[in-house]
Amino acid sequence: MDRGREIRLRRECSVIKQALGTFTGQGPACAVKKAAMANKQMTEDEVVAQLRSGMTIGIGGWGSRRKPMSLVRAILRSDLTDLTIVSYGGPDVGLLLAAKKVRRLVYGFVSLDTIPLEPHFRAARQSGAVEVTEYDEGMLRWALYAAACRLPFMPSRAGLGSDVLKVNPGLRTVASPYGDEELVAIPAVRLDAALVHLNRADVHGNAQYLGPDPYFDDLFCSAADKAYVSCEQVLDTAELTRTAPVQSLLLQRWMVHGVVEAPGGAHFTSCDPDYGRDEAFQREYVTAAADPQAWAAFYDRYLGVPA
Amino acid sequence: MSVITRAEVCVVACAEVWRGDGEILASPIGLVPSIAARLARATFAPDLLLSDGEAYLTQGTWAIGGTPPVIEGWIPFRAVFDLLYTGRRHVMMGPSQIDRYGNANISAIGDFARPTRALLGVRGAPGNTVNHPTSYWVPRHGHRSFVAAVDMVSGVGYDRAAANPAAGRYHEIRRVVSNLGVFDFGTADHRMRLVSVHPGVTVDEIVAATGFELTVPADVPQTRLPTDAELALIREVIDPASVRAREVEG
Repeated sequence: MDRGREIRLRRECSVIKQALGTFTGQGPACAVKKAAMANKQMTEDEVVAQLRSGMTIGIGGWGSRRKPMSLVRAILRSDLTDLTIVSYGGPDVGLLLAAKKVRRLVYGFVSLDTIPLEPHFRAARQSGAVEVTEYDEGMLRWALYAAACRLPFMPSRAGLGSDVLKVNPGLRTVASPYGDEELVAIPAVRLDAALVHLNRADVHGNAQYLGPDPYFDDLFCSAADKAYVSCEQVLDTAELTRTAPVQSLLLQRWMVHGVVEAPGGAHFTSCDPDYGRDEAFQREYVTAAADPQAWAAFYDRYLGVPA
Repeated sequence: MSVITRAEVCVVACAEVWRGDGEILASPIGLVPSIAARLARATFAPDLLLSDGEAYLTQGTWAIGGTPPVIEGWIPFRAVFDLLYTGRRHVMMGPSQIDRYGNANISAIGDFARPTRALLGVRGAPGNTVNHPTSYWVPRHGHRSFVAAVDMVSGVGYDRAAANPAAGRYHEIRRVVSNLGVFDFGTADHRMRLVSVHPGVTVDEIVAATGFELTVPADVPQTRLPTDAELALIREVIDPASVRAREVEG
C-alpha cells in the first residue's frame, strides 16, 4: 500500500471509530465495516442513454468556455431529438442546432466569444428552424434559480420595457405586495437534465473548477432532476483539496447523478487552466459552417460519424 | 505629438462618459470603450473598478491584449449580475441599432421570429439599462445604426422607461458616442440631442447620417481633443499596436 493511501485509510478509520465512540488510536486496521458510497462514474454514452427525446436539457459553461463538448458529441451520435436546450450558448448550441436536435432554445445569448456570432445559431434563427425563448442573461439565471428553489417564479426588474416581454408573450408581470412596483415574474425553468464540464471530480460527484469562473454550473445542476458532470480527471476525494482551496469544490455530490472522465472534454472551448480555447479549431468550425460540403467533412472528421 | 486621429478623439469622448462616476464598475464592451475606460481610470476617474473582461478586478493600466499588472478582486459572471442589481455599474455597449429615445438593439435585425440577421441575443441589455447608467458606442454612424425604430428593443430607452415606473426607477442613458459626434438625452422629453461634433465633422453631416430627427442646439461645440498626456497613454501604454485604427477610420 502506498504511503498516501495508507494515510487516507488511517484517517477514515479514525473518523469512523471516533463517531462510534470506540476510538483506540491503534493501527490502520479497521474493524468497522462501511457501506460503500455510490460510485457514479459512467461513460458519455451511458449518460446519453439516460436522456430521452423531448427533454429539457441545460448545458453549463458560458459562450465558448468550459462546455461539456464530449457529452454534446454523444448526443449528436444518438437518436435523441426534439430537445429543449437551455444555455448561455456557444458551440454546444451550434452543434445541436446543426444536427437538428433542438425544438426550442432558451438562452440569453449565443456566441463564440472571440468570434461574436455563432454561425449555426444564425442560420437556424434566420431560417426559422428553431423555436426560441430569448431572455436577458440575468433573467435566465433567475429562471434556473426559481427552479432550484422550487419556486414558481422570481421577480425581476430586468426585462421591463424591453421587447423580451413582447417576444415571450407568456411572460407575466407581478405587483409588489410591498409597494407599487410591477415586476416581471420569470417562470422557473426546471431541467430534466443538466450537463456540465469541470476540471476535476471524484466518482461520487464532488466536482471542482480550477479556472477563474464557476459560470452557473452549480445552478444548472441544482435546477435539474439529474445532473451529469464530465471532467478532465477523476481523482480520489482527498486529492481534490490537496493543492486547491476548498472553495474550488463547486458541485456537491447530492447534485450529481453521473461522472464522466473526459480528458479534453471541453475542446474546442476553453477549460482553464488545463487548456485554453483552440482558436484555430474554432475558426475552422466557423469556416466549415458556411458551406454544407465543408461542414459535412468537418462533422465527419470531428465526430467520426457522417453528418 | 503627431496628428490626432478620429479614433483617438472617440476614445477620449468615450472615456468622458465615466467622468464623475466614482467607485463603480466601468464595463466597456468592445475595443474603443475598453481603451477609453482604462484611459479614464488612468487620468480623471481613478476610483473606477475595471475587470479584465474575464473574472478578475484589476488595478493599474495595461495594454489591449496584455495582462493587467495587479489583481484586486474576483468578479465572475454571477458577481457581475449581483453587482449590477445594486446599481454600482456603468456599462458602455455597442448596439447595432439605436433610436431617438435610446432604445438599442443587439439581438436581431428584421422580424424577430425570422430575422434577416440574427445577432447575439439581448445578452444583459434589458437588465443593465433598468438597473444602472448605460452609454453606447457606435463606430459607424448612419441610417442603419441611427434608426427611427429599432427592430428588437434589447436596451430600454427613455420612452419605454417612462411607461413603467419600475423600469424607469434606476434608468439612465448617459451618452452616445459615435464616430461622428457625442449625444445625450438632455431634452424635456429625453429625445437624443447633439452634444458635440468631432473635429472635421459638420452638424449637417450628422443630421444627414441620422435616421430620425435629432435635437440640435443653436451652438454645437467641437468634441474636445485628447491632451498630450492622454495621447501618450493611448499610443504608448494602452493601445501601442493601434488596434483602434481598425475600428474607426480617419
